[in-house]
Amino acid sequence: MAGLFTRLVDQQRKPCRFFINGTACSGRMGDTVMTALLTLNEHLRLTEFTSSPRAGFCLMGACQDCLVLQENGQRLRACSTLLQEDMRFVIPEQKR
Amino acid sequence: MRLQAPVIVGAGPAGIRAAQVLVQAGLRPVVVDEAAKPGGQIYRQQPDGFTRTARQLYGFEHGKASALHETARRMIASGQIDYRPNTLVWDADARQLHVTCDGKHDSIPYERVILATGATDRVLPFAGWTLPGVYTLGGAQIALKYQGCAIGRQVALAGTGPLLYLVAYQYCKAGAHVSAVLDTSPFPTLRQGVQAFAADASLMAKGVYYMGWLRARGVPIRHGVAAFTAEGTNRVEAVRWRQDGDSAMQSLACDALACGFGLRSENQLASLLGCDFAFDQQDCSWQPLVQPGGQSSRANVYLAGDGMRIGGADMAELTGMQCAYSLLQDLDIHCDKKQVAQLARRIVRGRKTRQCIDHMFAPPAHWLDAAEDDLLICRCEEIRVGEVRQMLREDPHSGLNRMKALSRVGMGRCQGRMCVAGVSMLLAHEQNIALSSVERLRNQPPVKPIPIGGAACKP
Repeated sequence: MAGLFTRLVDQQRKPCRFFINGTACSGRMGDTVMTALLTLNEHLRLTEFTSSPRAGFCLMGACQDCLVLQENGQRLRACSTLLQEDMRFVIPEQKR
Repeated sequence: MRLQAPVIVGAGPAGIRAAQVLVQAGLRPVVVDEAAKPGGQIYRQQPDGFTRTARQLYGFEHGKASALHETARRMIASGQIDYRPNTLVWDADARQLHVTCDGKHDSIPYERVILATGATDRVLPFAGWTLPGVYTLGGAQIALKYQGCAIGRQVALAGTGPLLYLVAYQYCKAGAHVSAVLDTSPFPTLRQGVQAFAADASLMAKGVYYMGWLRARGVPIRHGVAAFTAEGTNRVEAVRWRQDGDSAMQSLACDALACGFGLRSENQLASLLGCDFAFDQQDCSWQPLVQPGGQSSRANVYLAGDGMRIGGADMAELTGMQCAYSLLQDLDIHCDKKQVAQLARRIVRGRKTRQCIDHMFAPPAHWLDAAEDDLLICRCEEIRVGEVRQMLREDPHSGLNRMKALSRVGMGRCQGRMCVAGVSMLLAHEQNIALSSVERLRNQPPVKPIPIGGAACKP
């Protein structure tokens, strides 16, 4: 699946491993969780009421659209959290 | 009596310059900021490991950005300020600010507080605005500035405001493909342009430069766009739009859309602190009342930067300094009167420039007059225009806050930040009243979601 975000410049950074639904993926040190996820994936979560895909909106911690669930049950704001080694995310599949 | 350190909320251009003035007067302010590094949104610094220069990141403004970063760095390194990064102020009362940092809750007592809380994009709803691939203009800019990424491969930009052209330019320069720039404002008339040039020639020259640069590279720019929508099933696949006077929509393939209609102030803390607000016709929104020196209606609460009034980064630096001088004067600490007067003159000039900009890029007042019932107006609670209309049929004189209670519009995680502009417009149209007659959406703590932990309760 193609991601939403495109890496353009300054991407020669150290790789950083993380997991989406148990599958190992690779981002870069200095990526936000949002960047790491959306360069590989098309969405971050499904909404509570209509299961619509969401992928963030404001990128500055205001809209809360980019909440991502972790395997430990905690949610984090993907736009304002830097990726750390071995983070584990749960992203439900979209209805197709 | 020992003087309690003034507290500054926000480490953008306003907060840093305010801190600098206080430090120069011998105080050691507490500076609380949500971000990991100072700079605010406009001069946001990239995370460690990125290598672009200030010139690459901030373009024409790189000198100002570097100067601000350097000022902040020095004050932090020398311990002249008590700097608290990664810290959210989520509530405030008459004596203390309630903060959370790394999931831990704390409170910061204060006697005087400067709010330099900045702004976010003002957004208005349109069909498809919740699709993955739709971002705010500011968000699209952050993806590039902070992460070196574009929000898509083929990016369209729509809405209005100076940011529309700046982001398009920055995306093109970084190698992204910009499909189109769709401006809801009509092409600026010569008269307005001349007025704006008279107010601030270098600012306007930059705007003209961006537009010319984009045109020279064949980026389609459309003025007077009356409507636009994002199309796609699970992500953006196209943008559709129509120009004023046209009946048919035009369509353009793209995989991302950046949108925004100027900025809106982050003033929730001013509200929680009991500052008086008034409707600001120029800003088309409720703003805290402020005296010429940056004092709010509360004696110990000072306001600066975009959180006080949208004015941009240069004005934020000036108003940050100004309110710090006001604070010093209230403490009977000597200030250079000449400098204070000069600052006031520059701020008055800046306001004039802003008037021109706001006039050229006003948000479209009738954006929602013909909104379809199925248009999602509240992103968080997924409320549609039809549900609001139904609610208003049952309760025709409901104000905005009652409407929030009854329909849940504005009650979600964003606390109305993303919907208040649209909801206010809709309510004004449905009740046939002026936008200024729509009441202000009240704010509740926490101003942003915080983890409920053992220490979540106020001490």
